[in-house]
This record gives sequence, C-alpha cells and structure tokens, in this order.
Amino acid sequence: MENNVKRQLPDDLMNELNLKPYETTDIGHPEEQRVAPKVRVTTGQDKVVDSLEQVIKDNLKDGMTISFHHHFRNGDFAFNKVMDLIIKLGYKDLTLAPSSLTGVMNDKIIEAIKKGVITNITSSGMRGSLGDFVSHGGLKNPVIFRSHGNRARSIEEGEIKIDVAFLGVPISDPAGNANGQEGDAVFGSLGYALMDAQYANKVVLLTDNIVPYPNTPASIKQDQVDYIVKVDKIGDPDKIGSGATRFTKDPKELKIAQMVNQVIVNSPYFKEGFSFQTGSGGAALAVTRYLRQAMIDKGITASFAVGGITKPTTDLLEEGLVRKVMDVQDFDKGAAASMAKNRNQQEIDASWYADPHNKGAVVNNLDVSILSALQIDTDFNVNVMTGSDGVIRGAVGGHQDSAAGAKMTIITAPLVRGRNATVVPSVETVVTPGSSIDVLVTERGIAINPARQDLIEAFKNVPGLQILDIKDLQKMAEKQVGVPKKLEYTDRTVALVEYRDGTVIDAIKEIKD
Amino acid sequence: MEIKTTAVAGTLESSDIQIMISKGTNGIDIDLESEVKKTYGDQIKKVITDTLKAYGLENVKVKATDKGALDCVIKARTLAAAQRATETSDKPDLEVL
Repeated sequence: MENNVKRQLPDDLMNELNLKPYETTDIGHPEEQRVAPKVRVTTGQDKVVDSLEQVIKDNLKDGMTISFHHHFRNGDFAFNKVMDLIIKLGYKDLTLAPSSLTGVMNDKIIEAIKKGVITNITSSGMRGSLGDFVSHGGLKNPVIFRSHGNRARSIEEGEIKIDVAFLGVPISDPAGNANGQEGDAVFGSLGYALMDAQYANKVVLLTDNIVPYPNTPASIKQDQVDYIVKVDKIGDPDKIGSGATRFTKDPKELKIAQMVNQVIVNSPYFKEGFSFQTGSGGAALAVTRYLRQAMIDKGITASFAVGGITKPTTDLLEEGLVRKVMDVQDFDKGAAASMAKNRNQQEIDASWYADPHNKGAVVNNLDVSILSALQIDTDFNVNVMTGSDGVIRGAVGGHQDSAAGAKMTIITAPLVRGRNATVVPSVETVVTPGSSIDVLVTERGIAINPARQDLIEAFKNVPGLQILDIKDLQKMAEKQVGVPKKLEYTDRTVALVEYRDGTVIDAIKEIKD
Repeated sequence: MEIKTTAVAGTLESSDIQIMISKGTNGIDIDLESEVKKTYGDQIKKVITDTLKAYGLENVKVKATDKGALDCVIKARTLAAAQRATETSDKPDLEVL
C-alpha cells in the first residue's frame, strides 16, 4: 500500500502488525482510552537491594518488554550492567523499548540479538554499528521508530507495554524519590524516563547515590518505584554531554545561522513573548547567539524555550531574555547544572512535551522551531534517519512533534555534505512530512513551502535573504556533486518509521552491498 | 607515456581524494575506497580512468582513497599523481590540462 507521502509500505507487515498508513499531520479530536500499570502493593520499607540479578530473576520472564532511558547518553553504565545479567541468565524473546539508544549500548544489543535475547526493538533512533547491523538485516523483526511524543502516546495507549523499566539515576532516597540533578553523574531533566516510571509494571532504579529520606525535588516519586539497586558507578559524567559548548567557526554554518536569524526576526512571530526550540547542532547554537543580540536590540523577551536544552539557552534564561525553559532533556553539562539552580527551568515529561494524543503538549504552544536534516526533498519531506548510503544512522527525536506543533518550522542544512547532496529530489526515508515544514535555510539561499504564501510575502523584501524555489536548490546541489546511482535494497523490511499518531510514514529496507 | 615510479597525490582530508599510482600490467586497475562508493563509485572510477587515458597511460595500478571529493578534485589529484609517476611534473602535457 502507498501512504500520503507516496511511500510504498509492505502490506504483509502492515496487516500483521495492524498498522495504518500515514495520512495527515492533522490529529483531530479522537477519544483515546489510556491504560494503567499493575501495582504490586507494598509499604515500601525494603526497596533497597544489593542483587540486581535477583531483581531480574524475580521480575523478568521470557517475551517481556524492558525499557531504559537515554539521559546518560554515552556516559551510560546502567544499560550494559542490566543487559549483561539478562544475557547471562539466558532470557529469550525480549522486546527492547528504550527512549532512545546511544552508541555505548550498541555492542551489547548486537550480542543480545545474536543470542536471541532481544527479538524486537522500538526506539527513537540508533547509530553506528547497531544501525549498520539492523540495516544489513541483523534483526528478524522490523524495528519500530517512534518520535518522543509518539513513544509517550504509545505507552499511554498500551501499544508499548513496559513490564520492567530499569532507570539509572544520579540520586535517590531509599523509597525511590529520585531526580537527575544531584550526584556525580548529573544529566538534568529526567523527561523521557518519567513515562516509564509512570506506566511500567515494575520500576527498578539503579543509583550510586542513596541519600536519607525524603529526597526532593522528586522527579520520579516513591509511589512509582519497586526496587532501588545500589551500584558502584551509574555513569561517566564526562561522557554524558559535551563540556563547555563552543561556538562554530565554520563559515557555512555561521552564514546559515545568520540567515535563520533573519528569517525569525522578520517573521510575524518575532514579538514580545515569542517562543522557540533549537537543537544542538553547530548552526543551531550560533542561531541562539544571533537571536540573543536581536532580542536585546529590539527589546524583546521570549516567553519560553523548549526541547533538548543547551547552555546558550540557559544563559538566556539567566539573562532574563527567556522567561521559562521547558526542559525534557539536557544536551550539555551547563544546561544540566542549571536545572538545579533555576526554578524557571521546568522539567517536563515526554507527554507534556510532545504527545499528540493529550490535552495539549508544549510543542503546540511553539512559535518557531529550528530543526536539522540529513536530507530534505523538493516536497519538503525531511529525513533524519538514514544516511545517503541508506544505512540507519539517526533518530526521530522530537523532529515530527516540534515540526507539527510550531507555527513556523525552519530546517537548517548545508546544500551538500562532502559529496552527498542534502537537498534531493526524493529523501531516502521520510520521517517528517513536508506539510509540517515551512522554511528551508541553506548557505545558498532559503526556500519557503508554497503553502506559506504569508511567509513568502513577509520575507520577499528582506535584504540578504535570497528566496529560491526548492527545486532550484536541489538542482544547484546536483550540479555540484553529480547524480548519484540509485541505492539498491532487498525486499526485506528492517524498520518501520511511525508518524507521531502511530500511522506508518515510511519503511526502511535491508541495504544490498 | 611510461610509469617510472610509484607516486602519490592528495590527502585524506574530507572532500579530498588520495591517489596512488604504480606500474600495472592489466589495463587501468582501480582499487577504490570511498564512503560514497555505492552512489558515486562508478563515476569516480570513470573520472580516474578518463584522466589517465588522456595522459596516455594504459596499464596502471591505482589505489584511490576518497573522502567525498568532487570530480574536479579527483581529476586534479589523478593528473598530479600521473605526472609524478611518469616524472613529467616539470614538463606537464598542456594538451591534457
């Protein structure tokens, strides 16, 4: 079957998994029944245990679904500790349902797949050796990629039923009141893990830092937690996020950032109380710097910034240029440390952040969202999942959610990367539909979605902003790098990419080498 | 044109290509390493082959390590390697250039 962004989807899998093809970004007003977890009742006196192995033996059965969060990023010690034991104990047919997967987990997952321990995966993304392994058909069942908002929705609606959640935290008390803000391995917001804490049947905290009761502020609360396992070291603080954020000196990125700033400042949304989301790429960080100056010059302050937060954003908070930071995860040490001292840096869970099926998520209050792309095509469809070689090397993240919610979504991308064109006739994998993308900014000029005549009107007389047809940008790229040979895939589907409402926006096939 | 020595041109920086040329016996034999081999491998080999042939070389062993170079870069590096291998750098064939 074909969906509304003209992607062929495998009928057999779609029927088997009872999935529907993507139709529209419009969510409407469906009435959804949420699920609730099973609760093993206790007074909570003996939650602290020494043996992780015993906890696993007592709670995990073959075929169950386990989950983790990725807030420790590449400094994560929790995942491999747990998976080592699960593999050793010989479990089979588990579904792995983490908020996302980081490189440090790759080897262990591949080992678990090869031994039949893990047979299903749903994640925001995957990179490196694991992406390569899956793209070459290493996992029998297709991976389901979900955005952060979609994962929240799927958990709430029972599509992901977490049997046991293993959640690493840098601090907890003996009852399970925990946060991500104190201890040795601080990562700030626990946003994605809060879904697991609320909806998993069993919640196991792992920590190297148990403090006297009660520990506040409590992001994860004692009434949600079954066990607390004391470990030697829960994470490597130096690998959780980059240290001091350095601004890019790449002239291409700086030019893109300047143009993004021009787009924002000249848009109808740049007024007192506007709101924005930026990512963590070089250009995005530079945008924050230009935007800061524009806000000072015009005497404008922002009502909030949301998303993956970086230090340049928390600096704006401390300067009073941004009134609130709505924080679902922190990308660097500065932003993580800031949460503990700034009460205007509000921790938000994944549902509050981006869930399409609730009573209104933060992304719906967004004016401007600045997002990146591996590829964007002449229909404005964006790929953040597969590389130009067709191999999985990315993540949906909050891309679909933020793009759908924001009044103006800007994609920043260099026209080409090395010999690969970024603006292409048709993206390798559609992740975010073009109908939710408004402006593309490249170093050679900007393109505006023809559906947004109001923005074309707003930007047409701005000095230094060259507005081009996206097809012309695509041709410029092609002239530089040439026409690539079409990639060859087998018929086998290795992954399905869901849209935020749970419909399927694209299928990823096994790459032929 | 005759290959007198093994020669190298280019670096392993991104957007460059390193070409190593030595004497061959069996036509133009290219060992290509590239991250864009699947999509641009044939084109890269064609540029190298055409450039070498235009320089009058028929039997060459080529080791090419590509880091995403554009065609103009590939041609320039191949020519430089060919000149060094044939020891003609001081009297380049202007017709070919």
